[in-house]
Amino acid sequence: MMRKGPLVLVGGILTVMLLVLSGCETQSSSGKSITIVGSTALQPLVEAAGEQYGTENVGVFVNVQGGGSGTGLSQVQEKAVSIGNSDVFAEEKKGIDASKLVDHQVGVVGITPVVNKDVGVKNVSKKQLIAIFTGKLTNWKQLGGEDLPIVLLNRATGSGTRLTFEKWGLDGQQSKDAQEQDSTGMVRQIVGSTPGAISYMAFSYVDKTVDSLSVDNVKPTESNVASNKWKIWSYEHMYTNGAPTGLTKQFLDYMTSDKIQKQVVSKLGYIPTTQMEVKRSVDGKIIAIKKGM
Amino acid sequence: MDPIRESLLKKSKASKLEMRGKIITYFCIGLIVAIVLAIFYFVASKGLATFFTDKVSIKDFLLGKSWNPGTLDKSGKPEVGALPMISGSFFVTFLSALIATPFAIGTAIFMVEISPNKGSRILQPVTELLVGIPSVVYGFIGLSVVVPFVRSIFGGTGFGILSGTFVLFVMILPTVTSMTVDTLKSVPRYYREASLALGATRWQTIYKVILRAATPGIMTAVVFGMARAFGEALAVQMVIGNASLMPSSLITPSSTLTSILTMGIGNTVMGSLENNALWSLALILLLMSLFFNMVVRVIGKRGALK
Repeated sequence: MMRKGPLVLVGGILTVMLLVLSGCETQSSSGKSITIVGSTALQPLVEAAGEQYGTENVGVFVNVQGGGSGTGLSQVQEKAVSIGNSDVFAEEKKGIDASKLVDHQVGVVGITPVVNKDVGVKNVSKKQLIAIFTGKLTNWKQLGGEDLPIVLLNRATGSGTRLTFEKWGLDGQQSKDAQEQDSTGMVRQIVGSTPGAISYMAFSYVDKTVDSLSVDNVKPTESNVASNKWKIWSYEHMYTNGAPTGLTKQFLDYMTSDKIQKQVVSKLGYIPTTQMEVKRSVDGKIIAIKKGM
Repeated sequence: MDPIRESLLKKSKASKLEMRGKIITYFCIGLIVAIVLAIFYFVASKGLATFFTDKVSIKDFLLGKSWNPGTLDKSGKPEVGALPMISGSFFVTFLSALIATPFAIGTAIFMVEISPNKGSRILQPVTELLVGIPSVVYGFIGLSVVVPFVRSIFGGTGFGILSGTFVLFVMILPTVTSMTVDTLKSVPRYYREASLALGATRWQTIYKVILRAATPGIMTAVVFGMARAFGEALAVQMVIGNASLMPSSLITPSSTLTSILTMGIGNTVMGSLENNALWSLALILLLMSLFFNMVVRVIGKRGALK
């Protein structure tokens, strides 16, 4: 009987694999779960909301994954997932047919330039900011700060944060080729420890290890974003392929409900869309929202 | 007569069992081969799309120095020059192998020839431990220790090929060491005995006999280490700076194939040029690891002990 050992083992493994696979099958076909993929900037918010939704509606499972805005948009375009998260308008991303996708804006995120604490500069003009990121200014001395070379740090090409910063912070100019990091956490760690470093990140990530910069004497605060005095911000989008139905629609309604917008959204450092005093269209037109509408 | 004839013609229980075993092994082999072929097909079809669908010339891709797949250059061609990453990958790989090899050989000689007792009690567990540390931990140590160290000693920002080399050196050291140990152990005992009997000292025996006999094995170990260094993504990405610029010195930020690949893939859309260009980088990585494997085979065949 000893010789049957391995056979039994192999058989056992195959059986287990089959069971696991069939387990996946039943879970996804039951229709009680939705999968959301995309932007890592939006991920914490959707995860928190999804978790809360799951506890309130027993048996419903909201599966949230990262992967980046590009992944989110392409997966939802191929109908591989229910919702694709993105930091940018689908129209701004190459290779995406935006006409089929329906946009749901669930929040606003402000982005601010951040610097290492030792540079000795607290405010820059927009012109100076552009000059820094295009490599025309190379030392903080030129801006009235310490005698330190400026070290640029970018997010990866195609990152939503970078696109937003280049579009609104650098007036559409591209940053010079420089160091790149693929996550905001790494950017913060490196800016905090590298003398003379400058980069940019969402408000919610700024902590005491780095200094944020004012631009043209406007401080990066939520109220300045709401009034559009601070121009570097973007919507957080959740895209569906065609109009949402069923559970997807219910979850999106839940995301935009007062409960999530008032409590979770601002707690996690995003700005609820309802607080915005202006609306911005894809091509950058600003429309004032009348209060009480 | 009949029962005997029947038992001779019928398959015995043992041969049935053997048949079953054969089917299972063939199935497993078939599965593995199919998976490998599928991966090759997938990476190749995606990676070659850059050249066939998007009409980028292979020369521009391999020798171009500007990497910015989303934008077009002055002549209207997409900027997909992968030379900065290719050279970055080769630099860190060769430099780390160059530093790691003497250390690995020294450690291995100590463990096998000089003090086998201490070697197996202390050094063996230590090298095994080094293998088991996840690469993200190496990367984090690199970011918080190696990068500031390089910055204070050599200047610059600390991010660059030098930091990457240091981190990879520690990562491939255990691989190269343990393989070198195996090679040294496989040198026949009578080589040592003959050498000592001829009056050679221990150093002469090690240097002139054992290392010579083990050379092919050591080279294999180094190539394996290089293959690991070439394919390492996370730890290098954390310390090299990831700037897609030609490396002008060892302490300026540069990039490797893997670091650009892992950073970019989530931000691109399947089927777009940006995405295909990244797959082309993956194809280069795949071909390089194939190349490393072939080198190992050639060394094994040519250098076998006669």
